[in-house]
Parts: sequence; structure tokens; C-alpha cells
Amino acid sequence: MYNQTEIIKDTSELGADGELVINMGPQHPATHGVLHLVVTLNGETIKKIEPHLGFIHRSIEKMCESLTYRQFIYVTSRMDYLSSHINNLGCALLIEKGMQIEVPDRAKYIRVILSELTRIASHELWLGAMAMDLGAFTPFFYAFREREMITDIMEDTCGARLTMNYIVPGGLMYDLHPDFQKKVKAFITQFKSKVTEYEDLVTNNIIFQSRTKGVGILSAEDAISYGCTGPVARASGVSCDIRKIYPYEVYDKVEFDEVIETAGDSFARYIVRVKEMNQSIRIIEQLIDNIPEGDFVAKTKNVLKLPKGEFYSRVETARGEFGVYIVSEGGTTPHRIKFRSPGFSNLSVLNHIAAGGMIGDLMASMGTLDLVIPDIDR
Amino acid sequence: MTNEEIKEYISSLAPAATYDETGEWLNILVEPTALKPLMAALRTGKMEMNYLFCVTCIDFKTQLTMVYHLSATTHRQSIVIKANVNRDTPVIETVCDIWRTAEFLEREVFEMFGVNFTNHPDLRKLILEDDFKGFPLRKDFEDPINMIKL
Repeated sequence: MYNQTEIIKDTSELGADGELVINMGPQHPATHGVLHLVVTLNGETIKKIEPHLGFIHRSIEKMCESLTYRQFIYVTSRMDYLSSHINNLGCALLIEKGMQIEVPDRAKYIRVILSELTRIASHELWLGAMAMDLGAFTPFFYAFREREMITDIMEDTCGARLTMNYIVPGGLMYDLHPDFQKKVKAFITQFKSKVTEYEDLVTNNIIFQSRTKGVGILSAEDAISYGCTGPVARASGVSCDIRKIYPYEVYDKVEFDEVIETAGDSFARYIVRVKEMNQSIRIIEQLIDNIPEGDFVAKTKNVLKLPKGEFYSRVETARGEFGVYIVSEGGTTPHRIKFRSPGFSNLSVLNHIAAGGMIGDLMASMGTLDLVIPDIDR
Repeated sequence: MTNEEIKEYISSLAPAATYDETGEWLNILVEPTALKPLMAALRTGKMEMNYLFCVTCIDFKTQLTMVYHLSATTHRQSIVIKANVNRDTPVIETVCDIWRTAEFLEREVFEMFGVNFTNHPDLRKLILEDDFKGFPLRKDFEDPINMIKL
């Protein structure tokens, strides 16, 4: 016969001596990449999380300093490899802004459609992987079924299924595949008929809800202070969609809603991403039949030279605000280039939202931050 | 606020500041010692700059320049604060008690450029190995093993 209350009281009084430090990663199935977390535990309660980065650090910023303005765009696909078109778009926009290149309308429309397809593909992968982290394996196959259609479209359009390179300064590398519109429409039909399955499988799943609701709560003030953007901040009620605030390309001509939830927990972050996929479909539907005819690339010089000065451009990737900052000395290569990656700021909030919670909840908090490690390490 | 109003407001906080309006946003260059009070006033004062979206450093070979991109979620106006620091002994005060995102961003600048941030709670290497020598993003960095220039 033992007294249960006494045993619990003993563990809580362990103090500094009772601390247990465990290493999560670099090779951990739920970090989806090589992220090393040093987690300090007291019993099952997390006291502190310390991320150790750099396992896939390639110093892309240094590499870009010796690449020309045409070359460096291809490296950016290797940062956030799930948003490669959008990363390329951010860099292309900066060069077009700096050199005052007028992009043809056809290119603008195609760029937006590809960006939104990329966003859906990224959220699909996240949805499957996130549910798998929490122990539900089936949604992974459902999500990949739709994602596969997008990767097929990408393969037809630009020859690659991952790390796509299609957007160049001035427009696009080459014109669209003739079957592009047909395939995108087939995807939209498929997606719309299947999206309810996610609701049944994941959203309305009571186990999923009880594992994510109230877990990893982030307040609006903290989200802004930590520099969180994208679905992470929008789930906390912060309006931060670059597509709405600083519209680029044709985002000011299409109708879509910025998805905002106010709960700030893991479930809200999940809801924001699922709703965002539907908004992306809405954008594509408005554009797919109206792609104007004409040139797909503006005439530019072979060697691009940015004028002396500083330039900044930002786009909304699947993870949040992606910024490119270039300091030019007037030559053919940048003097300094800085990528403001959304994942880096979103990771910095992990200790704040997960400390004090249970180790079992860490996967829910971390999974809904949607971390892509090459984007963080750069 | 127009650029003129911002200039007037900042001049009242940091009289020695100089301005550059050639770029997209207003650039404000201040002394490193005047940076911290100015940043605190920008965060809490009437400009309410609550969103620090980019912190970086530039190596101009003669000096290092710290660059802070500030914005606000209310009025969405962006400004850029810069401070030149000495290249041999770069020291500047941290802003991570004003914006918490600065903690990681300053750690990155610390390891890549060697800028020391005073009063930073946890100034350690973040991306590089602990025993890494040199500051890779400085212009004079040479790597004997890996190719870094074309």
C-alpha cells in the first residue's frame, strides 16, 4: 500500500538534481530534417528547449556573394525546398524592382498560379507529416495522393518535382506546357472532392483535437515580438499576409480571404493551413482561365547589373514572410545578400510555447510550426 | 507619418542621426551608443515599432554596419536603422529585451561577423560548430578546405 500523492509530490521537488537532459535529433523521425533539440525535462514537464542548428548549413548567403544575379536564384530553391517557386519569385521581384523591368502580364498570372500550387503542395505535405507525428499514419497517404498531382504538374512545367526553377528575372524560363490548364483543372476537381476527407479523418478526429487543442499557446503580442509570420502568426490573430498587405504580381486583382484564427494553439494553426489551401484553390480558379496571351518573359540584358544601393523584397511563402535584402555596389554580383527566412523566426518561438508543457505535446507544438530545416540553416 | 515627420521625431530622440532617403525606405544612421535608447523609444513611443523583421550586418571592409529593419503591425510603415561599428572590436548593445526575435538573429550575426552584443542573455554560436575559427560572412574570410569563391 502506498500513498499516491506523496510520490507525485516527491518528483515535483526534485529540483535541479532531478533534471533530465535528452537530445531530440539530429536524426529524429519527427524533426523532418536534421534539427537538434536539447530538451531539459523535469519528469515529463519541459523546462527548456535549446535548438542547435547548422547540420545542413551551406552558407547560401556567402555563396550568393560570388554568383551573378541570374545564377543566385537557383540556390534559393534549396532553402525552403517546399516553397521553391515562391523563393525564386521573391528574388526575381527584387531584381525587377532594382532594374525597373516590366514583367509581362502572362508571366505574372502564371507566377501566381504556380505560387499557390506550391503553397497547397507544401501544406499537403505538412498535413500528412504532422498527423503522422501525432500517430495517425493514414492521412499521410491521403495528403500525398493530392500532392502527387501537383508534383506531376510541376514536372511537366519545369522538369523537376522538387527544387523547381522556373521563375527568372523578367518573367519565366519558358512558356507553359500545353496541358497545364487541363491538368490544373483536373487537380482542382480532385482536391475539392477529397478535401472533406481530411475533415473527417483529422479535423473531426477526437484524438487529434485533444492532442492539439490548448497545446502550445502563442499570444498575439508574443507572435509579433518573436517575428512570427505566416500561419503561425495568423493562428494567433495577427494579420500578416504579405499578399494582402503589400500585394505583388496580381494578388490585388484576385479575391481571397486572409485566414485568421484567434485561439493561438496548435489546433488553430492546423485550421489556418487547411483553410488556406481552400483559399489558394479560390485564387487559382480565378486565374486559370484568364491567363493572357503574349510574351512570357521581358527582354533583358544578358548580364544583369543592379544599381548601387539597397533593395528589399518580400513575398508570402507557405511558412510566412520571406524577405530578400541585397546591398549592391553596382557590380554583377551582390555585395551582401541576406535572406529573412520565416522558419528561423518561427523556430525561435519554440521554447516559449513548449516550455512548461509535457514532452508528449512537443510534437504537436513543433509540428504545427511547420519547420523546414534547410530554410532555417540556409 | 511622412518621412519629414519621422526625421523630426527621431532627431528629438537622437540628435546626431543622419538620414538617407535614396532607397525604398528611410535609412537612419546612428551612433552605436545611441542605438539602444532610440530603439526602446521607437518600440514604446508614438511610432509603436513592434515588428523587427530583419537584423543583419554588412561588411564594408572599413567598418561593419548593423542593419535593423523595423515595421509596425498597426501602420505598416517600415524604416531602417543602421549603426556603424568598429571592425576590430565590434561591440553594440543588444535589442533582444525589446524584440525577442533579436535573440536568435543577433546570435547569428555574432558568429558570422563577430559582433559582440552586450547584455545578450545567451551569446553563443547558433549555426556553426562551437570550435569554428573566423567569421565566415566577413569579406576577408578564407577557407583552406572548401571553395567559397568562383
